[in-house]
Amino acid sequence: MTAQRHLARQSAWQSMDSGQLLLVSAAGVLLVAAVAQTAAAGLVQPRTALAFGALIALGELLRLSLPGDREAAPIGSAGALGYALLLHVGQHPAHQPALQVVAVTAVGMIVGALPHLAAGRPAGMAGMASRLLALALVAVAFRPIAGLAILDRQVWLRLAVMLVLIAAGWFAECVIRALIRADALRARFGVSLGDELQIQVPLGAAVGASAMLIALAAEAMGLVALALFIAPLLVTQTAFRRYAGIRSTYLQTVRALARVTEVGGYVEDGHSYRVSRLAVAVGRELGMSEPDLLQLEYAALMHDIGQLSLADPIPGGATVLASPEDQQRIAGLGASVIKQAGVLDSVAEIVRCQSLPWRGGQVVPPIGSRIIRAANAFDDLVGGSADRDRSTAALERLRLDTAAQYDPGVVEALSKVAGRLYVGSGRVPG
Amino acid sequence: MCVVVASAAAVLLYVLQADPDRDLDFAVPRTLLVLAVLFLICDSTPTALTSRQSAWSPSSSATLAAVVLLGPGGAALVGASSLFSLRRGGLRERVFNGAMYTVSAFAAGAAYVALGGRVGIPNPGWFPGDILPFAVAAAVHVAVNHGLLWGMLLLLPPARVNAQRGRLDLHLPLLLASDLGYATLGLLIAALWYLVGPFAAVLVLIPLFVARWAMGQFAAQQAAYAATMAALCQAVETKDFYTRGHSERVSRGATMLAREIAMGAERVEAIGFAGMLHDVGKLGVPTKVLQKTGPLTEEELAAIQLHPMRGLEIVRQIGFLNEALDGIMHHHERMDGKGYPMGLAGDEIPEFARVIAVADAFDSMTSTRSYRGARSVGEAVAELRKCAGRQFDPVLVDAFITALQRDGWRPSKTADVPPGFRAQIAAQDHDDPTAPLRVVESY
Repeated sequence: MTAQRHLARQSAWQSMDSGQLLLVSAAGVLLVAAVAQTAAAGLVQPRTALAFGALIALGELLRLSLPGDREAAPIGSAGALGYALLLHVGQHPAHQPALQVVAVTAVGMIVGALPHLAAGRPAGMAGMASRLLALALVAVAFRPIAGLAILDRQVWLRLAVMLVLIAAGWFAECVIRALIRADALRARFGVSLGDELQIQVPLGAAVGASAMLIALAAEAMGLVALALFIAPLLVTQTAFRRYAGIRSTYLQTVRALARVTEVGGYVEDGHSYRVSRLAVAVGRELGMSEPDLLQLEYAALMHDIGQLSLADPIPGGATVLASPEDQQRIAGLGASVIKQAGVLDSVAEIVRCQSLPWRGGQVVPPIGSRIIRAANAFDDLVGGSADRDRSTAALERLRLDTAAQYDPGVVEALSKVAGRLYVGSGRVPG
Repeated sequence: MCVVVASAAAVLLYVLQADPDRDLDFAVPRTLLVLAVLFLICDSTPTALTSRQSAWSPSSSATLAAVVLLGPGGAALVGASSLFSLRRGGLRERVFNGAMYTVSAFAAGAAYVALGGRVGIPNPGWFPGDILPFAVAAAVHVAVNHGLLWGMLLLLPPARVNAQRGRLDLHLPLLLASDLGYATLGLLIAALWYLVGPFAAVLVLIPLFVARWAMGQFAAQQAAYAATMAALCQAVETKDFYTRGHSERVSRGATMLAREIAMGAERVEAIGFAGMLHDVGKLGVPTKVLQKTGPLTEEELAAIQLHPMRGLEIVRQIGFLNEALDGIMHHHERMDGKGYPMGLAGDEIPEFARVIAVADAFDSMTSTRSYRGARSVGEAVAELRKCAGRQFDPVLVDAFITALQRDGWRPSKTADVPPGFRAQIAAQDHDDPTAPLRVVESY
């Protein structure tokens, strides 16, 4: 048991790519410097530090995941930001230095992450590191001016400064996450940043407002405010947990139900999943945004649903070998099934146009349809095998057809993607 | 309800009478106005907690803030302002809500003052001494609020109660927790009042609105989920015209039965999905077997009997449907042990499976098939009773019949096959207990 866990932990390290490793090391250096400095200078106002550290640890313990394989610890982030922006605790001024804020945050996060590690869940180090770095930015910017008398007198000025710094910290964190994500998924940075900003707005607003409230409330009520303030943020957190939960259940269900075509013998085993993986990778390569990629993924998973209405399966399930009229009819039937769900109209449209040729038809099919058409043809020809020759031959065949049927830009992106996915020999995973 | 309204009226009269005795300070009317407006904003934009209608508003924040800033009288007035709420509702609802909020606000204020809480704009010296009275006041407010609501529900006719209670049950701990959370926000608003005045309320509202947004997204996704599931399951049924809608009706029947035997709300939801997905594996049965009119060979029978297992492969990948898996795998078992695929008997058969079996057979009998017209509900019920004990669980059959008698049943629309329709039509229905599959006698 321990050997297995040891192996799992090892492979977690190895699975981190260069971008994440760089990030974690930067955070690590910062952590060491901050802890060393704080240890040398002694802890300023230890009770406050301990209270905030505990809040941050709790926040890390209650971390949740956001749609799209993201991770967040809203309570921890709000607590850390609140600590960085703290001016008074009750009647007493708070004068912890910036590095102490960083040190307390880092230690709190690590303590909060330990139970996750013990339970065998991933440590989430990249997430923690990006949060720490963003927080350090805010702390280093604010702590030096915390003692200014003008901030005490003019409440509005203080609020404005807090707001600006919180916004800057949020933006910095989004940039870091987008960089990591673009690197890991091989997406374009601009698109990644746009996606990240869009996803992080609601939670960012809640965390920012909560951080300001914590800083103000500690001044109004003393440390007791930290204990009181958890309940409403927990509500926000619960809401997000449920949202992320059902998003992932939805995708899981669509993946599962798309396999009815496999159970019925209409397509080869694993075809839907492989096509969806290829299509999403190609879409990313072509710079599609995250919401569009999700629609594409659903469409790719369900693109063969129309075949359910056939009397008996096409032998081998290779629709690419059927006549164009039949292909169009099947695609249309699939689209009408999907339309019945009422909420997947754009997905239905992608599925409907998947058999249309790129050039020479009456309309140019949407980009999603073009991608699925190419990916579907590729998988029909290559199947689950990872033989390089076979995939090269399939790509050649797609290129030869390029004039009429397949979008050349899509085919080129597909060849890049296939080169990455199909390395070495053996079966393609999944 | 009259009791509640009367006591609310009494409270209001007391407050208005007592007002001249207290020396009014300039700030009080302004504070009162701001809090009343805050209350209205919160009340008019309720946080939807479930995908259905039950919603709870963060208005208790305003009320509890008023408890600290204005005392019991002011709090009662703030509560009364819900009469002007922008939420939809008839006059009766408005009056009831207004009275309910007034009474609970006054009770909370009274508890606060009784335990030594100080009224007015707090300064830091008040804490942590004021926490306990406030916590008690918050608890009193939540208790009175919910108590009055549940009391009201108890007085409604039973049918509406079941529906309402079902909705509330699903999230009662969540409701209580979030209500308490909103109440603590009231303290926060009051505490920050001396620092930033009414702006405190604005700051506090942001996380709440974000939570509301997230729950709205959640509700939308839930609806999308159900719709997508239904659409995909219908797609599976395109093979046979007559079984169209079968999954949806079995899901409905199973849900009805599950509610009747008082299954927990989450399990009811799961069984709804299980009912929808139970025949998904039938897709794996070759069409020519389904179309055969004569007796089946052993292999063909085996192909049909395997369909629960094939369905399992698909459903297994959906994370939250663990218990539903058993339901789907064993929905063709019989109480006497002669079912398939495993021949389980009696209590060995999982509860989900026994529920689905009843709903499945019932819908099969009350729908048109290629070899017979639809049976009436009465005939189907008689058949269920006949087979209870041998094939179906007798307790569940009785419960199902009770539910049917109360809620009725919408049978499938008996339509003729449209001309030129190319779907295949199955010749025998494996779900029909009155027409068991005939197998060729082996020698």
